[in-house]
Amino acid sequence: MTSQNPEQQAEQGADQLPAHTEEERREQPVARMGMFGAKTTGDTSGYGRLVVRQSPKVSAPRPYGGPGGTAEAGEFDEIADELERALPDYGDAIERVVVDRGEMTFFVKREHLATVARTMRDEPSLRFEMCAGVSGVHYPQETGAELHAVVHLLSITHNRRVRLETACPDADPHVPSLTPVYPTNDWHERETYDFFGIVFDGHPALTRIEMPDDWVGHPQRKDYPLGGIPVEYRGAEIPPPDERRSYT
Amino acid sequence: MSSTKYTEYDAYAADAAAEGKVFDVAGEDWDQVVAGAEDAGDERLVVNMGPQHPSTHGVLRLILTLDGETVNECRVGIGYLHTGIEKNMEYRTWTQGTTFCTRMDYLAPVFNEAAYCLGVEKLLGVTEQVPERAQIIRVMMMELNRISSHLVAIATFGLELGATTVMLNGFIEREYTLDLFEEITGLRMNMAYVRPGGVAQDLPSGALSKVRDYLDRMPKRIQALRKLMDHNTVYLARTKNVAYLDLTGCMSLGITGPVLRATGLPWDLRKSQPYCGYETYDFEVPTQDTCDVYGRYLVRVAEMEESLKIVEQCVDRLQTVKGPVMIEDKKIGWPAQLAIGADGMGNSPRHIAHIMGTSMEALIHHFKLVTEGFRVPAGQVYTPVESPRGELGAHLVSDGGTRPYRVHFREPSFVNLQAAPAMSEGGMVADVIAAVASIDPVMGGVDR
Repeated sequence: MTSQNPEQQAEQGADQLPAHTEEERREQPVARMGMFGAKTTGDTSGYGRLVVRQSPKVSAPRPYGGPGGTAEAGEFDEIADELERALPDYGDAIERVVVDRGEMTFFVKREHLATVARTMRDEPSLRFEMCAGVSGVHYPQETGAELHAVVHLLSITHNRRVRLETACPDADPHVPSLTPVYPTNDWHERETYDFFGIVFDGHPALTRIEMPDDWVGHPQRKDYPLGGIPVEYRGAEIPPPDERRSYT
Repeated sequence: MSSTKYTEYDAYAADAAAEGKVFDVAGEDWDQVVAGAEDAGDERLVVNMGPQHPSTHGVLRLILTLDGETVNECRVGIGYLHTGIEKNMEYRTWTQGTTFCTRMDYLAPVFNEAAYCLGVEKLLGVTEQVPERAQIIRVMMMELNRISSHLVAIATFGLELGATTVMLNGFIEREYTLDLFEEITGLRMNMAYVRPGGVAQDLPSGALSKVRDYLDRMPKRIQALRKLMDHNTVYLARTKNVAYLDLTGCMSLGITGPVLRATGLPWDLRKSQPYCGYETYDFEVPTQDTCDVYGRYLVRVAEMEESLKIVEQCVDRLQTVKGPVMIEDKKIGWPAQLAIGADGMGNSPRHIAHIMGTSMEALIHHFKLVTEGFRVPAGQVYTPVESPRGELGAHLVSDGGTRPYRVHFREPSFVNLQAAPAMSEGGMVADVIAAVASIDPVMGGVDR
């Protein structure tokens, strides 16, 4: 759908097109129907049949560029090339690569996470000797890959950063532990287990770390309420933040 | 007692759960404890140190297995100060998030705010549009904060080793730093001063001369602190060759900050991956190669001296660089220029007159931006800054809404505290205190 308007054409020419074609978007699952708000009464906005679909999974094409966001091949291509060279089953292990805002993310299949991390650390041309921890993210709408574990790696030798992201379904929340490769992940993985319920297989002592040992549930998941209480202010009752009207 | 079987979990059944004899030390019963321990004929003693213990830097719990005076095993129990800051931030707008994260590491609030705001700006893609004056003020505030934080680290360290003089001297100097914060932001701690797009308000008139007074005073005071500590025989005996952790240990345990720099590696994000324009300032990264508590102390003192240099350069620049301290983009920048009134800081009277009296559009704009907030394009970023304790990273995930989808902080206190067993096992029980204090954990940051 190329525009006839010369200004818009110029904008599209300057690579300001949406990242995805219309056809690709139409295949995505529905994220939301109608307008925001108005959940209890009928929607009188006239937008009741509005369909908002989930954005398709982005995957960056080559060349990846570098942190500066250049169009030519750069630091990120070097990392990908070296990893591809050092890892025999690169194509199988890496689902997709995302380069966004000057940061690079490898989406790794969970069964390959430990091998990828070990290669990242040991290969002299990669040498990500430091791990800045694991952080969990819960995407309840992503069926079959609800729980994500995001590992931030840092190479002091080459002064680079890269991110590994792996996903596991809520029904089988198992991800291999990275403690044999990066002992610093001991507490990080305990924290992610505590807050998201992701079980890191091979962790030496996967117990809760922030919440009490007998706590039920994993508080950072999206289906876990904030647990606020309403407060009274000058006679009016203010609901807790998770029950207030939301604009998102 | 060891054979007692319990069928259901009872957290208070300490007697039943423990393997040996349990002493509940409540004070003034040491005779009883000592006599009891002698009777047991067992040298092995499990001591629960904390969470309410004056020498454990807040609510840190250490479970020590002792053989006489030697520590055989050290376990760290945390979570006593968990406040759910990361969860709470998911329910507030991106701007309100600053108010939450500033309370994590309460000794270094500016760094928490800066890491978070740099992340929000990177997500928005407006890093380049943040005004230069705002960046200079951020750097100045961060370096002042580094000094105040290191002063507490050294002061509490002295107190934990039993030297009240060190504590009092450190806290006096910190007080002057906090006075500057109060002058500039209106608050001494938890200022929420750094905001996405800039800082909350410009420096009040007279603030720079106060910073100059501070710069005149501090070098002498740091010198006095050095005179008190650097060659103090008692201090050296307690700190030299204590809590050894070399570069290999630091790498594998992910340790950053003064502990890493005391192993000889000059890794400082201000130099290696600069942000807020740190590449334009002239300063050194101090290192030591002793890998011990004394080395970490020397690194901290030298860092304070370097911070003073940076603050001086900031003051010089702030006198010439004028202009706004909040991003020009009206869809992101906080709509009101804040001002100090009779009842504290609030919207400036001029702004109120404008939105209430003359412009309905301005009122709508103000209302929308304050209640709903701005939308942040979907994606994720990780923004690290060099906090006084090491790499403080903010992992922010946005789903395109007006609130963060997920906020996670890689807190240096949390990570560095993992090194406590490596530093203290095999040493004397008294050195556990020195080891933990040299890590300088802040429990607000550890537990978040």
